[in-house]
Amino acid sequence: MAARDEILAALRRNAPAGPPHPALDGVAAAFPDLLAQFAQAVAAVGGTCLRVPDLAAADAALRALPIHAGARRVVSLVAGVGGATVDAAAVQDPHALADLDLSVLRADLAVAENGACWIEGPSLPHHALAVIPEHVAVVVDAAAVVPDLHAAYAALDLPGRPRWGLFLSGPSKTADIEQSLVIGAHGARSATVLLIG
Amino acid sequence: MSAPSDAAVAAGAGAPPPVHHPGGRQAGPYPGHPAAAARFTADVARAHWHDESLWFVRVKRDRAAAQLPAWERLRELAEQIKAHALANLAGYLEEFERNATARGATVHWARDAADHNRIVHELLSARGVTRVVKSKSMLTEECGLNPYLEARGVEVVDTDLGERIVQFRGEPPSHIVLPAIHIKKEEIGALFHEKLGTAAGASDPKYLTEAARGHLREKFLAAQAGITGVNFAVADTGAVVVCTNEGNADMGTALPPLHIACMGLEKLVPRAEDLGVFLRLLARSATGQPVTTYSTHFLGPKPGGELHLVLVDNGRSALLARDPFRRALSCIRCGACMNTCPVFRRSGGYSYGTTVPGPIGSVLGPAQGPGAHATLPFASTLCGSCADVCPVRIDLHHQLLAWRRELVAGGHAPAGKTLALRVTAWIFASPWRFAAAGRLARAALRLLPRGLVARLSGAWGRQRELPAPPAESFRDLYRRTHGRP
Repeated sequence: MAARDEILAALRRNAPAGPPHPALDGVAAAFPDLLAQFAQAVAAVGGTCLRVPDLAAADAALRALPIHAGARRVVSLVAGVGGATVDAAAVQDPHALADLDLSVLRADLAVAENGACWIEGPSLPHHALAVIPEHVAVVVDAAAVVPDLHAAYAALDLPGRPRWGLFLSGPSKTADIEQSLVIGAHGARSATVLLIG
Repeated sequence: MSAPSDAAVAAGAGAPPPVHHPGGRQAGPYPGHPAAAARFTADVARAHWHDESLWFVRVKRDRAAAQLPAWERLRELAEQIKAHALANLAGYLEEFERNATARGATVHWARDAADHNRIVHELLSARGVTRVVKSKSMLTEECGLNPYLEARGVEVVDTDLGERIVQFRGEPPSHIVLPAIHIKKEEIGALFHEKLGTAAGASDPKYLTEAARGHLREKFLAAQAGITGVNFAVADTGAVVVCTNEGNADMGTALPPLHIACMGLEKLVPRAEDLGVFLRLLARSATGQPVTTYSTHFLGPKPGGELHLVLVDNGRSALLARDPFRRALSCIRCGACMNTCPVFRRSGGYSYGTTVPGPIGSVLGPAQGPGAHATLPFASTLCGSCADVCPVRIDLHHQLLAWRRELVAGGHAPAGKTLALRVTAWIFASPWRFAAAGRLARAALRLLPRGLVARLSGAWGRQRELPAPPAESFRDLYRRTHGRP
């Protein structure tokens, strides 16, 4: 570990004086209607937000969408929503998910300011389920919507979380060819958020 | 900067002669900013188009920033968190290592690019990996990882669409966030026709992106390892955060068992809660989005998989000792300073000859040894727009000015520029000489032929008319109306 010790010694030797870690105040976002703001943010990032009273209504709303009509291989991690045809828990190798049409995922938390939904490892058998399907649907409770990322990280307690987690905000996209926005780069071509309650 | 011997191996190993693409990187040694920029601006229409493309991104950034009432407070906090982290970097890196290790990741330390490349290659070769997918990482560009691995029989596929385009052309990215911003869609169409068999003459971005999606999907499924960069590493959690819009970092790490994440030492933030500040700033500053589509937090290896974190110094600990330039280590690589810079927009990313171009690259470049990069701090109008948009409030234009002083004092400026500055200083030091020089200049502008005046005024006069000389100086005017001061 010679390199490690050399680097750390150089950093200590060269360390400048610095301020204390600041209190993160004066930055909180506030919205008169949190859920309306969330729905608008999801739309702004290229997703669709459907507000439904309960899981049965979420299932009906999802089945009414064209993305469901054409979906043969479906993983659902939310019981009663989407009609799973593939049991993700039985899949050993994530490569077997390559031709997945639709994933229905559960988010524990969502952010009104940017439309992001927190999806994490323990509730997912495979990380690939969040990115490999043609389309993704995320089920989130209205009570789990927080105003901004500061509130999100406070609620998450990241140091206590295992494995991995991601904020998913809309469908996969790119603008690498002449700044023209194209939806569906490598990941899901559409992202539908089913907001319950 | 990179490992020259290995780069030479790669270039010499039967590599085809470099193809020059319009607006692309020129072959040969870097000639300094003025000469490289002159090549780019020779195509006036392309330079104008490039300028407008970047301004479009700058406007999107402005709109996004204006939507947050707390924008300036967020910038202030980001600046303070980074200053605090840099002042305590050794301790935070140890905390990060402890936490990441406890979560099952393996932490590696690299003194320089050669260490970094060797560590990554050893990880791959020990597992028999010959097919790698890589998401965007300016650090691996800085270290020259691709040619190093390719020379050792490893296929490295850059999976960000813009990066794949420039990789097909044999070029580095020309911009850290928009790697192919200098290339027109018709050129990408022709490139994809050749490489991916798309229809001849097709240039629709949607069609070309779809073709790249299919091509890269095959690469993702075949890869034995995924390499990513790191946007933020969190000391109190041992997590690394990777942000993309395409989902390529997620695709590249979700499938193969081995994930190698490479990061500069300065990517560290102390606490998970700090991410709220930086994620609100990053995408808004970069592209005007409220957040990237995928902001993925890697908190350890996947079940049955491996996560290796390579921490790279490569000059960073030395830069930490240098006031004022150490502040450049706060950079979160959003690219906002490039999009706003009047020089970058008109001269293109390749005119800087560095991995990171633009205003921030003009501060970082000379720190790695002046050489040809001594021209970079002069490639600025010092208008300060870069510092105004910087989400971590790096005082970029002050740093560029400080570099100019240092480079001129160290004899790294061209002889003509040094002489001109000496003569100007001599004139300005005496009121008499200053007044005499003014009289001389006004007379010269009136009497000398236009062509000669243009030549005497150097680069400035090449594309500009000099102003008509005033009939009298301010000094003369004052004396006439108020008497001798």
